[in-house]
Amino acid sequence: MLTAIISIGLLAAALGLVLGYASIRFKVEGDPIVDQIDAVLPQTQCGQCGFPGCRPYAEAIARGEAEINRCPPGGEATINALADLLGKEPIPLDEERGTTPEEPLIAFINEDICIGCTLCIQACPVDAIIGAAKQMHTVIRDECTGCDLCPPACPVDCIDMIPIPKKLDDWVWDTPKEKLIVEPAS
Amino acid sequence: MAEFALILVSTILVNNFVLVKFLGLCPFMGVSSKLETAMGMGLATTFVLTLSSATSELANVWLLEPLGIEYLRTITFILIIAAIVGFTEMVVHKTSPLLYKVLGIYLPLITTNCAVLGVALLNVSENHGFLGSLLYGFGASIGFTLVLVLFAAMRERINAADVPEPFRGGSIALITAGLMSLAFMGFTGLIPG
Repeated sequence: MLTAIISIGLLAAALGLVLGYASIRFKVEGDPIVDQIDAVLPQTQCGQCGFPGCRPYAEAIARGEAEINRCPPGGEATINALADLLGKEPIPLDEERGTTPEEPLIAFINEDICIGCTLCIQACPVDAIIGAAKQMHTVIRDECTGCDLCPPACPVDCIDMIPIPKKLDDWVWDTPKEKLIVEPAS
Repeated sequence: MAEFALILVSTILVNNFVLVKFLGLCPFMGVSSKLETAMGMGLATTFVLTLSSATSELANVWLLEPLGIEYLRTITFILIIAAIVGFTEMVVHKTSPLLYKVLGIYLPLITTNCAVLGVALLNVSENHGFLGSLLYGFGASIGFTLVLVLFAAMRERINAADVPEPFRGGSIALITAGLMSLAFMGFTGLIPG
């Protein structure tokens, strides 16, 4: 009885050690720089940079085939972060690629006008629009990345880009516009 | 030499594991709808089955029999098979990403292939010895791959054929498998006398 427990236990432990060693020895490493660049990009998957998504753009930057200024949704912050990461000089955004919105926007479908053509569903890179043929469509707010790809696809112009609506749990006071501390009169 | 050749012919054709011994039927029905996946599955199974057959035999001779714990055979063999499958997956992932992509999900699925355990247990009960077990496992997996690929090719044809409504899908596949099994039983005639 004891022999059985010990021997099977030892066999299992030995096999476990072999597997553990193998997982270190045969570890598959991705290209770390691509992962880092991809983490900086805003993941809108909008394709405004000319690549079919953020990951391919990150790969192109890593290969040195693309400049770092082709991401309108990320804007200046992304360019600065990329320049920092890659040790390059920050350069202004390539205006041909589009402009950075003042604040983050998401798509909103005016459901009274929507005819249920499914064209915007096909245009959406992150599957944030739900609906079926000849049924009203709507946008899942949490999934929408504000990539601006669906408004051009809509044949009846029922999609608007709106600022993200404030909810109770993410509402904050506006930052004060005037100085709160009045300089003491001398 | 003649004995080894006999083992090979016997496992591939006469005692085919899928169609005569009816082992490993789940992957046989499950991954045979496309020719490419069938080939991938066959390839992965060949590798694992050959290796696990030999290793199980070693474990049986060097560990189980000296300690007198043959009753733990099944659990030991399952342990070894699972470890080999995991190891194979890691090695293939590292050395050949292309092959890893082709095999994909089929590699881990082999753990639950009953033919793999069946071969290991039959090795013991039929006293094949180390080389014999190696060949037995290899032959069994070649036989498995052969019928899997044949069956997948047939199913691709059947999909395009005009099958009567009640027989479509799984039913016609099972009927085809039965007919193939009948045909393979004909190989029994290869045994002289």
